[in-house]
Amino acid sequence: MSNYIAEHIDEIRADFPILGEQVYGKPLVYLDNAATTQKPRCVVEKIAANYYKENANVHRGVHFLSQVATEAHEDARETVRRFINAKERHEIIFTRGTTEAINLVASSFGRAKVQPGDEILVTEMEHHSNIVPWQLIPGAVVKPIPFAEDGTLLVEQLEQLITPKTKLVACAQVSNTLGTINPVADIIKIAHSHGIPVLVDGAQSVPHTKVDVQALDADFFAFSGHKIYGPTGIGALYGKEEWLEQLPPYQGGGDMIDRVAFAGTTYAALPFKFEAGTPDFIGSTALAEALRYVEKLGVENIAAYEHELLTYATEQLKTVDGLRIFGESAQKSSVVSFLVGNIHPYDLGTILDKLGVAVRTGHHCAQPVMDHFGIEGTVRASFALYNTKAEIDQLVTAVKRVARMFK
Amino acid sequence: MTIAEKEAEIVSEFEFLTDWLDKYELIIDKGNQNPGIDPQYKTDQYLIEGCQSKVWVQAEYRDGKVYYQGESNTEIVGGMVSMLIDVLSGETPDDILAAELGFIDQIGLKEHLSPTRSNGLVAMVKQMRLYAMVFKEKSNEL
Ligand SMILES: Cc1ncc(COP(=O)(O)O)c(C=O)c1O
Repeated sequence: MSNYIAEHIDEIRADFPILGEQVYGKPLVYLDNAATTQKPRCVVEKIAANYYKENANVHRGVHFLSQVATEAHEDARETVRRFINAKERHEIIFTRGTTEAINLVASSFGRAKVQPGDEILVTEMEHHSNIVPWQLIPGAVVKPIPFAEDGTLLVEQLEQLITPKTKLVACAQVSNTLGTINPVADIIKIAHSHGIPVLVDGAQSVPHTKVDVQALDADFFAFSGHKIYGPTGIGALYGKEEWLEQLPPYQGGGDMIDRVAFAGTTYAALPFKFEAGTPDFIGSTALAEALRYVEKLGVENIAAYEHELLTYATEQLKTVDGLRIFGESAQKSSVVSFLVGNIHPYDLGTILDKLGVAVRTGHHCAQPVMDHFGIEGTVRASFALYNTKAEIDQLVTAVKRVARMFK
Repeated sequence: MTIAEKEAEIVSEFEFLTDWLDKYELIIDKGNQNPGIDPQYKTDQYLIEGCQSKVWVQAEYRDGKVYYQGESNTEIVGGMVSMLIDVLSGETPDDILAAELGFIDQIGLKEHLSPTRSNGLVAMVKQMRLYAMVFKEKSNEL
């Protein structure tokens, strides 16, 4: 592999102290990156430095520290803007993560634009957090765009699924369970030709592919910091200015108001209208640090390296007798979901864990995907920029070992 | 054998297994020795659904003793189900309610009995105790 990441893999791994840990006396093989990624030292140190040197509430004080903190927080917003190439900084709303970002849109858009009987289209492969918030809109009907056996979305059905009642399309750019990369640019084009806005769930795409929300022409885009080497509890929503201006606030509180009076309250300008309460300004700056780390390594380099890992893992796993992969779309990213023979995923995952291999088992918060295949769950290995082919070899050896146990 | 003696016997079987894989081989083996649940009870009424796996359990009361049957759809949980049944089945409600089931911890499998594991085992133990409690009350009424 001649790739920047491959050539520097030892240094990169050294950036992530946790990778040196042992579990049950064995070196940790961490292949649960779709759930959450490990953090480079610079991110952890940034958090500490913030608390040691720059901690003060933002947007509130005239004093020195408050101004330093406010500037850092707003710089972080600028870093997020640059990272996903949004047009304006105020189109970036900090949230707790993807889930809160989607709930924000579902709540505000739902109140302003959705009448009982109106329809929201999602895909059959969505994470629950891109299904349930839409179902919570009173009277809304949430309908799925189906996928084919290999996990490819049946985009050609989108036209027929759109009706005069369709108010929004919400779609993951990358499926957390199948790894499918969905053609969101095409979906957005089709939806826009009917005047329908699109929310893209970027939780699994941002860490693995270059995202340009303007090129996509996405109306809303959500992602989580913790899945891209940043801290937990921080994420972002991008919304086109024209949409964010139209929508009512999500939560009420401090920071989001212009003037409060019992006769009526006026709201702050973007982005603050959607950021009630003290924001996670420690998290935002640490997230920005993570994004800079990724930029430094190069998103394209990461994508190419992870693609090699995925191809290798797929080839090697297929040498296991009776192993079935769920999701083999031609366009795929860093996730392999599989089962071996009749072995229950709980059994497989439990033994893999004892062999030092951390994978996820279960329905991966995507029960409709499990229903599609008539299974209860899968074992999922998911890769990050610090994983290696040697770790994949360990996974495959471990899976073969487990398969022998349950013969 | 008392519950404590049965527990001690299981602990002694596991004692010399230092490798985790050997321990799990034995658990799987335990599951395979379990005759399972009568198919008529393998219904939602007797189902304990964990997020990760399922367990079915049923109990009868004969001559002052509780007899359990049960199984799981996974082999590891199934092995644990089998051991729990071995230990508690055929005992009086009072003994069952007093049992602390320390053997699970002693053989290093406490993690499977953690509520965060959501595999149905915690609920199963609760259900087994509940059966014992109900049988006890019923026999007191007689
Ligand atoms: C595709 C997708 N959407 C949404 C989420 C929810 O992300 P979070 O829990 O960080 O809000 C996840 C995380 O598992 C995901 O993989």
